[in-house]
Amino acid sequence: MEQILAQAKRVAEEAEAFMVSSEETPVQFEANRLKHIQSKQSSYVALRIIRGGKIGYATATELGDSQNLVNAAVETAQFGMIAKFELPSLSVYPEIEVFDPKVESVSTEEMINLGEELIATVRGHTPDIVCEAGVSKAIISIHIINSRGGQANYKQSIFSLGVAGHLIRDTDMLFVGESESSCHPLTETKAIAGEVLRQLELAKNRASIPSKPLPVVFTPRGLASALILPLMVAFNGKTVLKGASPIGNRLGQPVFDDKLWLWDDPTLAYRPESRPCDDEGIPSQRTPLIQQGAITNFLYDLQTAALAHTQSTGNGSRNYGGLPAPSPSAFIIKPGNTTFDEMVTDIKEGLVIEQLMGAGQGNILGGDFSGNVLLGYKVESGRIVGRVKDTMVSGNVYQLLKQITAIGSDARWVGGSINTPSLYCPTLSVASK
Amino acid sequence: MTTTQAIAHQLAEVINRYSTDYIEARFEESQTSYISYRGRELDSIGRASAIGGNVRAMVKGAWGFVSFNDFNELPGRVELAIRQAQFAGNEESQLAPAEPVVDTSAMAQDKNPVVIPLAEKKQLLDEYNDIIWHTPKLQTAIIDYGDSYKKVIFLNSLGSYIEQDRADVTLRLTAIATQDNEVQQAGLSLGSRGDFSLIQGRHQQVGQMAQLAVELLSAPQVKGGEYTVVLDPVLAGVFAHEAFGHLSESDFVYENDRVRQIMTLGRRFGSDELNIVDNATIPGLRGSYKYDDEGVPATKTYLITEGKLVGRLHSRETAAKMKEKPTGNARAINYCYPPIVRMTNTYIEPGAASFDELIGDIKEGIYVKNWYGGTTSMEMFTFSAGEAYMIRHGKLAEPLRPVVLTGNVFTTLMNIDGIGNDLEMNQGGGCGKGEQVPLPVSNGSPHIRIRHCLVGGR
Ligand SMILES: [Zn+2]
Repeated sequence: MEQILAQAKRVAEEAEAFMVSSEETPVQFEANRLKHIQSKQSSYVALRIIRGGKIGYATATELGDSQNLVNAAVETAQFGMIAKFELPSLSVYPEIEVFDPKVESVSTEEMINLGEELIATVRGHTPDIVCEAGVSKAIISIHIINSRGGQANYKQSIFSLGVAGHLIRDTDMLFVGESESSCHPLTETKAIAGEVLRQLELAKNRASIPSKPLPVVFTPRGLASALILPLMVAFNGKTVLKGASPIGNRLGQPVFDDKLWLWDDPTLAYRPESRPCDDEGIPSQRTPLIQQGAITNFLYDLQTAALAHTQSTGNGSRNYGGLPAPSPSAFIIKPGNTTFDEMVTDIKEGLVIEQLMGAGQGNILGGDFSGNVLLGYKVESGRIVGRVKDTMVSGNVYQLLKQITAIGSDARWVGGSINTPSLYCPTLSVASK
Repeated sequence: MTTTQAIAHQLAEVINRYSTDYIEARFEESQTSYISYRGRELDSIGRASAIGGNVRAMVKGAWGFVSFNDFNELPGRVELAIRQAQFAGNEESQLAPAEPVVDTSAMAQDKNPVVIPLAEKKQLLDEYNDIIWHTPKLQTAIIDYGDSYKKVIFLNSLGSYIEQDRADVTLRLTAIATQDNEVQQAGLSLGSRGDFSLIQGRHQQVGQMAQLAVELLSAPQVKGGEYTVVLDPVLAGVFAHEAFGHLSESDFVYENDRVRQIMTLGRRFGSDELNIVDNATIPGLRGSYKYDDEGVPATKTYLITEGKLVGRLHSRETAAKMKEKPTGNARAINYCYPPIVRMTNTYIEPGAASFDELIGDIKEGIYVKNWYGGTTSMEMFTFSAGEAYMIRHGKLAEPLRPVVLTGNVFTTLMNIDGIGNDLEMNQGGGCGKGEQVPLPVSNGSPHIRIRHCLVGGR
């Protein structure tokens, strides 16, 4: 790494080397049976240079061939964007715990047991369900150094556990599932299995739903599948910079219901999306995005922030080994004080959305979402009466979140990167056959 | 000899000495370059190179798989893959028989697009971007170019040793037009098996795409309902791939009783005129190869002949489990993943009708073109077309806002009642399955006509 940086400094004004290496062990169950045990080692180094004021970029898996890497970066710098930012010099990073050595020592046997236990519990409830399960542990090391003396170095452990079941009866297909992840080893399957059993119970009966606007409750999973993507795009500093975000010029203004609070938080201990610094070496911070319904911030990396005449929020991310770009870490919606049952009890006729399919297809920039209710329940006179089928919903995130009836007290993690309670909205357009 | 070749040769010498039911290894060297624009300006440009490998072992019906780009501890990694398989295995290993193949002639077949100077690539993209930006009412453009070249060495415990190369070029352009609060977009997806010249000289097409985005702003929305629709080769090809092709992938079929019932060989899926093929043996297409990632020779597989289901796509494992012949469809996106059953070049074979004959007797219908997006959940599909026109009294009439087609896959296949004579292969697609996205494939079709298709506005 130091050698690459030294070579790069000979031909460029500034240089930064980023190296990630990971060891991952996924154990996979298919059709109720253990199918694969894998082990994946990978590493790559990314070199970013500023040469003639322009950004050059190249990556390689082979550290030995540093001259080729430097040459490739030099070639791309001829055409690269003009660098508007300065690489960070040596920074003090917040202490954020993201490594638990116990993850490394979880045995394959223990991982298999967890998967088997999950599947057994789900099939104990519904014998003819077909389950897939995954148990995975990973250790990731990040190392960043740059020509201004900046450097960062940390190790992260990630353990994840999940199960998905599909139940096919005649032409009827039911999909259920739940997953969890942490920087600690997960040793308990109860919560995950319990969530799946809850879905199976609620979906036992079938119910029909009329085609008309109806009150709707998004469960945490439902909200994550339907509403989060348009918000992630809208709060991305790059979308704002391009003038494509519908909230880009509304900083400080109320856009949503004043019960709504949202922030991005990579500083929580032992969460998979947490880290002491982002992929450019900028210290992690908690960034409020919506406070009492008003827009308070957007997410930035160095270059985008410089172009927008603001500061990086420490959200520079190198997805798939590309140049750093703004990306959320963990989106967190503040819980309210209404229980899920209270929301349902309040509804005369309505819909609970547990999982929406195909929500990301429409005009995401405009906040439109529409999709098939892959898993959802009909509410009648304050009670869930059964699962709905062949039901589409469509709406607009900005209209929907302008008026929220209640926010749940049941906040939880959905996947590794979203923490949200249930959300109760007065009306959403529902179409059913 | 390259380092990778040397390592592969060494491993080939000893690979059949391990005590497994089967073991294979794959080594890859790849280079890529990419250029993208967001709006007027270049957004990113870069080069990447990667070297890596994997070992996959089967013991008592279960797989162990180890991938790496550190070659130093190779013997230890081979043993790890075996230990994992031993750990998981508790039934009989089933793999369809395959001949050992020693063949290095498929190397150096493709042109390497990565070595073309970035300046030349950027020049072309600048020209296309200029055309888009010179179109009035255009708000913004998105351009993504990528190319890759990779050499793959495969070897297994049967004694196979295969060297192949694969080149790939993709270019996706999107033009976004706005007026008042309306936003409309049009897109163009191009691709080739490494031949850069095939994406050159498309200036006229790019101009038409930009123009279309603007025209859509003033086009009327279709009245939702059932129509006779005619699909262009692009959309019909995507339909064949997405709605039907994925159901032919046997890893999805063999462990799922319900799908097994639906996909019973001999079952009627369409009219006598309907033939659907997956064919990896056509030279120069993005889905083609000589051997798949299990070292099985590529084949041409009829999925539907004269309307009836006659075949499906297999890996060696799914073929054995379903007691059918392997078809050479086990593919992996790169060395980090084990091969799974995938499509290659999937198409509807041409029939006899001209385009005019297809639309000639339609009193009121819709002509839909181009793929915008969509999802399928086994039986149901929802596709967005990028472009649509009314058909009135047998003639193309006014343009429409993009439409959504939806319905049951099987009913819709049955309702195909006209197949054109103008087969075209679309090289602009990529296929996703699980984490392995996007795999180079192509799909194609002639124009087809579908009766009673549910159409909604987008
Ligand atoms: Zn596909």
